Amino acid sequence: MINLTMDGLKINVEPGATLLDVARFYGANIPTLCYDEALSPYGACRLCLVEIGEPGKSRLVSSCTYPAREKLNVRTNTVRVMQTRKMIIELYLATCPSSKTIQDLASKYGVTGVRFSPKNEECILCGLCVRMCEEQMQAKAIGFVDRGVNRRISTAFDRKSEQCRLCGACMYICPVCQVRCQGPSG
Amino acid sequence: MKKNTVLGLEVPCGPNGVSVITVLQAIQGYYGYLPEEALEKAARELKVPLIDFYSVATFYKNFRLAPQGRREVVTCAGTACHVRGSEKITEEISRTLGVDISSTTEDGEYSLKCVNCVGACALAPLIIVDGRYYGQMTPLKVRRLFSDNPTKTEQTVSSGLSK
Repeated sequence: MINLTMDGLKINVEPGATLLDVARFYGANIPTLCYDEALSPYGACRLCLVEIGEPGKSRLVSSCTYPAREKLNVRTNTVRVMQTRKMIIELYLATCPSSKTIQDLASKYGVTGVRFSPKNEECILCGLCVRMCEEQMQAKAIGFVDRGVNRRISTAFDRKSEQCRLCGACMYICPVCQVRCQGPSG
Repeated sequence: MKKNTVLGLEVPCGPNGVSVITVLQAIQGYYGYLPEEALEKAARELKVPLIDFYSVATFYKNFRLAPQGRREVVTCAGTACHVRGSEKITEEISRTLGVDISSTTEDGEYSLKCVNCVGACALAPLIIVDGRYYGQMTPLKVRRLFSDNPTKTEQTVSSGLSK
């Protein structure tokens, strides 16, 4: 068993658990966009960040990919965490202003204004669909293509993939495109 | 080193089998670029999803998915070249040859590439044609360089630095 402190609570956890697992088990509220219990953690959305280390030397890590360690002092609710998280939500809101999931997050965390020009993207590159396709559907029809600002999700050579069975799991798991994929009433 | 063959090409093999990058390098080494059919065949042969190859091939600048022209034109867009008007040079080449940045002319003669610094900033703005460096370019010099008279070209770009 691993002993660690989370928000002042002394906690024993099994080896192999991530900080997000621990936090969710003990009821700490941590938002995520790129995490799913059934898929491998990816650490792309950065919303699940928590503060670790001693005050003065503390740093922010993504809790979904950080394994629980002995004597770790984790804070999930500090000013620094909340400010950074709000900033990330604001950036997501500028990327995908039409996404209900992101709008809900913004309202929950009190992000009332966006200081960046809206991009109206249809994708936040969270990689959920890519992992869903590979890990749950064993298809791996889609993946990341290109890099940097041109990075996008597509099939090989942008045409129909032989591996794709049209299962729709990628659309089901997508956190931002519900309206486009399922229709406004769905 | 252990070797493995993919599509009849020898590919170096690590302890965990061949890696995607070495396979792509072998294919590009043979064809000069990465033909779609070759990637499909290799993916089938190795039982790897095609998207794995495509992701890596589009990620690295080193891999080409289209055949390259017989002559390669590289323009520099580094800080020094940019300040001295490399943008206009690139535009001029693009117009003269009828080719966009990182693409090839329809007749397969020229490929145009834009890179960030070639380390010869004193010669800015600079272009490289088939490994030969031409410094202090102007749109006029570009037009002369790619005109059909090669002897004249050699004279006007006497400041050119050979590799």
